[in-house]
Amino acid sequence: MAVDLHRRARLVLAVSVLAAAIAAAVCPFLGGSGMDYGKLWRHESPDWNIFVNLRMPRTLLALLTGAALSGAGTLFQALLRDALATPSSLGVSAAASLGAVTAIAFYSGAESAFPVVWAAALFGAAAVMGLVVALGHLRRFSSFTLLLTGIAVNGICTSLVLLLHSLAGITKSFQITHWLIGGVDAIEYSVLGLLGLIVLPVFIWLLRLSRVLNVISYGETWAAGRGVDFRKVTWQGFAAGTLLVGTTTAVTGPIAFVGLLVPHLLRRIVGADHRVLMPASIFGGGAFLVICDTISRSAFAPLEVPVGVTTALLGGPFFVWLLWSR
Amino acid sequence: MSLLSIDELTFAYPGRGTVLAGISASVNEPAVIAIAGPNGAGKSTLLDLLAGQKRPQSGTCKINGADIHSMRREELCRLAAHVPQSLPGDVPFTVEEVILTGRIPYGRGLYENEDDHAAMELAIKRARLDAFRGRLFSKLSGGEKQRVLVAAALCQQAPILLLDEPSAHLDPENEAQLWELFRSLRDCGHLILVVTHHLALAAQNADRVWLLDQGRLAADGPPSEAMRPPELERVFHVPFHWHQSAEGRVFLTYGR
Repeated sequence: MAVDLHRRARLVLAVSVLAAAIAAAVCPFLGGSGMDYGKLWRHESPDWNIFVNLRMPRTLLALLTGAALSGAGTLFQALLRDALATPSSLGVSAAASLGAVTAIAFYSGAESAFPVVWAAALFGAAAVMGLVVALGHLRRFSSFTLLLTGIAVNGICTSLVLLLHSLAGITKSFQITHWLIGGVDAIEYSVLGLLGLIVLPVFIWLLRLSRVLNVISYGETWAAGRGVDFRKVTWQGFAAGTLLVGTTTAVTGPIAFVGLLVPHLLRRIVGADHRVLMPASIFGGGAFLVICDTISRSAFAPLEVPVGVTTALLGGPFFVWLLWSR
Repeated sequence: MSLLSIDELTFAYPGRGTVLAGISASVNEPAVIAIAGPNGAGKSTLLDLLAGQKRPQSGTCKINGADIHSMRREELCRLAAHVPQSLPGDVPFTVEEVILTGRIPYGRGLYENEDDHAAMELAIKRARLDAFRGRLFSKLSGGEKQRVLVAAALCQQAPILLLDEPSAHLDPENEAQLWELFRSLRDCGHLILVVTHHLALAAQNADRVWLLDQGRLAADGPPSEAMRPPELERVFHVPFHWHQSAEGRVFLTYGR
């Protein structure tokens, strides 16, 4: 059986890495206003520059963000033992948005004031995650209550974002709207590198934690009886999830449903064992967002639809189906 | 040195009354010990304290002379395997996967090793679960689930088993087999502490009974001493009828 699991885990890992690699290799060539592949081959402008400076970083950002959101969704669902726990339903995404929007509204720099917006988004996400974890541990709230708390926090944060949006001047208001729409835009390779330096170690940690996550999903009493420090793992897990969601949301803005749709879809295909599910979610989530971004660029070309719209249109019906089939 | 010693163990939940009020007991050799008492007497809390799931307000629990609350969690789990009354019903794993969780205290590698699988096979054999091994835990009956949890504790290969009402959902045949398993484990050197409401079975099968009443140890001894009608009637407030066979086994009935 160990051999079976090992083989299945390696097969699923290979398939999901391949899916992510193919998506990342093929999608930059597709969509938008079309490319002259001859010029691209000869490294001639403007196609070569578009490919290198716009399409590739955008694809890599989608890959990292999709992986982060999907990995965080799988993680939160294991920690709270609830299928509906996601960065969005726990209020983490909305809190990150509130942090980022606050920074945009009050910081004199532009929306692209990267470190400030990033730090503010991360602070917002961490504050809400700290609140959720504290409520869970101090008052022993059930995961259902924590999810309802997340929904309430989500509403509060959204209202505050709207308030800031209303009070901001026209220029700031436009910047806030642009950020809130959520999208994968081309960014500098240096920012991409920094993002990678933060999220890649978290991915590795999550993969190493996956056997313990299996035991966590049995509940606190069983996990503690098998030698797992439930509280410590929960704290560490929420911190890791917050880091993934906060850092990527700061760059892309809120992108819904990735953390819900991808883990659930893959759980139905590869099973609930996190040693198989977690790598599949990370690489599958990356591939999914790269494909969604390509659809967003292509569906109404030369116009572009925000990727959050595409993920929501795919994820929304899935979410409803999930509620009905629970 | 005692295998297990409990000294003046006291526990209270915040804002509620005392649950355990100075329990002391000592066990020097492998045995099957039934922990009995009315609802709210503190049976499960005592088991949780012995499993390190809760910290006492005062008093100590020691295994082989070492205080369990100063041990590392994995170390304690290699000495004492705790089985709660139930798991969440929607655990999405197979019987084998549930049983293999008992190997977590032996290493956090990503995959189980050959020793882990050998322990699982032995546990499946002892708990007679071969026919269920590939089935989803969530699809089993209440009694089958409890047998799987006991098997997971066996897979943990701890010398002490702490079982909270493991036979609550079992039919008479499976219940009798479970107590038979406890006795055979005792013969292999295990100490088994079983919280139970099945006094008749405890009287017939346990080597020793801890009778709890309002957080205190009302009686501690072999069933022939600890389960005499006066003690039981004082604790449970119903009449008990007691009969001892020529072999020394105790048979109990109760009710007016």
